[in-house]
Amino acid sequence: MAKITLSNLRHSYMADPKDDADWALKKLDLEWEDGGAYALLGPSGCGKTTLLNIISGLLTASHGQILFDDEDVSLLPPDKRHIAQVFQFPVVYDTMTVYDNLAFPLRNRGIDEATVDSRVREVAEMTDLTSMLGRRASKLTADGKQKISLGRGMVRTDVNAILFDEPLTVIDPHLKFQLRSKLKELHDRVKRTMIYVTHDQTEALTFADKVVVMNMGEVVQIGTPVELFESPQHTFVGHFIGSPGMNVIPCEVHDGQAHLSGQRLETSNKADAGTTHAEIGIRPEFVTFSDQGLPAQVLKVSDTGRFNIVETNCAGNKIKLLLDEGSPIPSENAKIKFDAASTRIYVDGWLSGSEHRHE
Amino acid sequence: MNKTVNQKAWFLVLPVLLLVAFNAIIPLMTVVNYSVQETFGDNNFFWAGVLWFEEILRSERFHASLGRQLFFTFSILAIEIPLGVIIALAMPRKGVWVSVCLVLMAMPLLIPWNVVGAMWNIFALPDIGLLGNMLNGMGIDYNFTRQPVAAWATLLAMDVWHWTSLVVLLAYAGLVSIPDAYYQAAKIDGASSWAIFRYIQLPKMKRVLTIAILLRFMDSFNIYTEPFVLTGGGPGNSTTLLSIDLVKIALGQFDLGPAAAMSLIYFLVILLLSWVFYTLMMRNEE
Repeated sequence: MAKITLSNLRHSYMADPKDDADWALKKLDLEWEDGGAYALLGPSGCGKTTLLNIISGLLTASHGQILFDDEDVSLLPPDKRHIAQVFQFPVVYDTMTVYDNLAFPLRNRGIDEATVDSRVREVAEMTDLTSMLGRRASKLTADGKQKISLGRGMVRTDVNAILFDEPLTVIDPHLKFQLRSKLKELHDRVKRTMIYVTHDQTEALTFADKVVVMNMGEVVQIGTPVELFESPQHTFVGHFIGSPGMNVIPCEVHDGQAHLSGQRLETSNKADAGTTHAEIGIRPEFVTFSDQGLPAQVLKVSDTGRFNIVETNCAGNKIKLLLDEGSPIPSENAKIKFDAASTRIYVDGWLSGSEHRHE
Repeated sequence: MNKTVNQKAWFLVLPVLLLVAFNAIIPLMTVVNYSVQETFGDNNFFWAGVLWFEEILRSERFHASLGRQLFFTFSILAIEIPLGVIIALAMPRKGVWVSVCLVLMAMPLLIPWNVVGAMWNIFALPDIGLLGNMLNGMGIDYNFTRQPVAAWATLLAMDVWHWTSLVVLLAYAGLVSIPDAYYQAAKIDGASSWAIFRYIQLPKMKRVLTIAILLRFMDSFNIYTEPFVLTGGGPGNSTTLLSIDLVKIALGQFDLGPAAAMSLIYFLVILLLSWVFYTLMMRNEE
């Protein structure tokens, strides 16, 4: 059990990285608190899996350090790091029974059979595998196999963190929810650090206390699901999280104030001094039809059940609104209004005025 | 539902039927026909019943050939399968050397069988052959044309040289199909190299190894060309395997009846042993 610190971490798969694009991971400084439930969220190819493999020791980072508490483990092999990892495709030892699969990590470490037996039974009970202990692991379904993978991680008492690399990819949709709740329940029970990699926002937001959003090899924002939704630090976060994502509209800036088609907009932050061009970010939830405001033309209405997603054209920009079912949609001369407190100015993609600016 | 009755369909299967008839059914039935008759010159045939089968099954000569055949087959399986797996494990998984290794491995398989026999014959000649000359130069008395042990050693070495590659290629195919995640999980679980081999690599290679064992079993049980060219069954009868003995009876002595009976017994032995192998190896599947 330990706090995991990533310090100044960089990684490239190339021997001699030159420009920015050669880095799979650009400079990272992160701390994972002991016992936290984290999600690492980002699109495919953003460096999530690379980061995970560096933490578990399957990859050695080209620069920087990883500390478990105060011990530098950057160069230690996986089995010396006390890490467990569950992979995208379930890994089970086919010829062994479920019991032997669960016992495998303990037996490899020379632990006596009595202890092995009690640990295996305890973990089997937690993961609902008790009734299957005597069966051949290869006979189980994908979700059963994934539970074995998870069980092999939990069976060791010395595990600092359990890492999940998109573990629900091959699981049937109706079982995904079950398994995700199971994970959450197990986390509450054993209080081990869990890091869950995914590109699915629903999985990330339901599992994690804290979500680390990554894009193009760097961390864009770390926050609770609510923070990510309510105050995205980057237009990427706004767009990636939420359904539909945040509206991002190019605007002009005069004296730190955003202007759209000549009208000044009330925003919650001011543009940094000296900027003339910026973007406005506003979630569809906070755009409404109104008597006054920006003229807009309704293009499309999609009924999603409880909500209507209305797509409008406002001076050449596509702006989406999320309205409760049944609220009126004007057929002509529509005007839209932004909720000032939820309208933000972004410069170069980053929230204006925040210290998160990319150097 | 009404089925359309169309007898013309029979014409469509006729070509296949003819093909199978000419290359399998008719030759096999001819052999069956010979096996139950006594043949004299001028195509005179007399009914002999199971006489030839009884004779062959009681014949010490057949027992000896069968024994040698079994010894040969089990020896080469015992050498080639583990050796092939070891070589496959040692081969690189990526990089330029992969193709180099694969080409090197495929070479022996591409050489015609009689050439393999001739090559090894010359290679092993005690006076001028590289191998024979070297062994004698090292003070080892080696002459495969006169010593049964030397003949056997050369025969086995030749087969191992010729066919281990097949096992290597099959085992290698099995190995490269194992996803990286298995090795990664094993590393995290703290598995030793032996445990990785025993619980990941070997189970994943099981299917291809089953094929390798079956192929090597059937091929080696049928082997004729290479030992015929290398030793001709000698010295004496010491390397007379079943196929060589069969040809001696059928063409050397022209005893069609016993030769036909022996062919059928030979065929049934292969069929039976292949079935036993397959059943044993697939016992745990499903």
